Amino acid sequence: MPTLHTINKSPFDRNSLQTCLRLANKGAAVILIEDGVYGAMKGNTVSATVEKALSDLSIYVLGPDMKARGVDESKIIDGIKVVDYKGFVDLTVENDKINAWL
Amino acid sequence: MSDTKKFMYINRKAPYGTIYAWESLEVVLIGAAFEQEVAMAFVDDGVYQILKGQDTSELGIKNFSPTYSALGDYDVNKIYVEKESLDARGLTVDDLLDLKYEDEDDDWAEKDSIQVVTSQELAEILEQQDVVFSF
Amino acid sequence: MGIEVNGKVLETDEEGYLANLNDWEPAVAEAMAKEDGTELTENHWEVIKFLREYYEEYQIAPAVRVLTKAIGKKLGKDKGNSKYLYELFPYGPGKQACKYAGLPKPTGCV
Repeated sequence: MPTLHTINKSPFDRNSLQTCLRLANKGAAVILIEDGVYGAMKGNTVSATVEKALSDLSIYVLGPDMKARGVDESKIIDGIKVVDYKGFVDLTVENDKINAWL
Repeated sequence: MSDTKKFMYINRKAPYGTIYAWESLEVVLIGAAFEQEVAMAFVDDGVYQILKGQDTSELGIKNFSPTYSALGDYDVNKIYVEKESLDARGLTVDDLLDLKYEDEDDDWAEKDSIQVVTSQELAEILEQQDVVFSF
Repeated sequence: MGIEVNGKVLETDEEGYLANLNDWEPAVAEAMAKEDGTELTENHWEVIKFLREYYEEYQIAPAVRVLTKAIGKKLGKDKGNSKYLYELFPYGPGKQACKYAGLPKPTGCV
């Protein structure tokens, strides 16, 4: 039963991204939305953890939330996929359950 | 009972600074009253919710830590605590409330509800749930 | 809203539950029962006392299912069943008995 995890807080404000990556099973999907998009960026103290998680998980980031915050696609960790709202909806359909981390 | 689903409530916040812990506990008790299969996990600062010896008398707010001891009556007897979260905070299971339930299938023997599990074990447990709520 | 007990008006919520747990005394249960047209017997008091003790220990009013099971364990199977409890408290053992005991409405009760 694959799970879609949603993260909507910056990893520098809360540890929800770090805990989610620790507790997500192989094959799960994670989407970074709202302030969660900062967790998709390279070159910071959380990047290595996220890069490592990519070997077991599919990680997505919501494009409109990135754009609103001035986070350019060129600054996103390789392997993270940018999706639009339609892509987000598709992910919710493809997965059996959703774990919305606070 | 065919409609029984497995509900998991993940608790990650300390008890009194925000309302999450109490809200979660209320939702758990409501869900359990409707005879669903309910489990709880305590992760990150959530482990502080079930720390022994809480006394809010000088704050003038309700100490709801005794309520966790009623969970057994509500058939909520799967309480998982992540070992990594305990370790990071210098805690062991001895620092936590002694939560028990009576096993109906074992002549009402009193058993421990709390199980300390590793991140990996907890990840597998989460995978088996039908619905997961994060608090 | 309120309920008059021994010449004092105690605050209640819109459903008649006591606003302050500490306002409770046996006369409160009697006054509430009188309003409902119920005469309190030893059997009623047993349940009311049990609920107050349960609240004291766990800080919640138990759901009916939990109350029934716990009463059965403490007072015997002939009392730990919904028939017996509904006969005592026809408005529902959870709601009515908790109200008489001065507790809030049980969590999960609608």
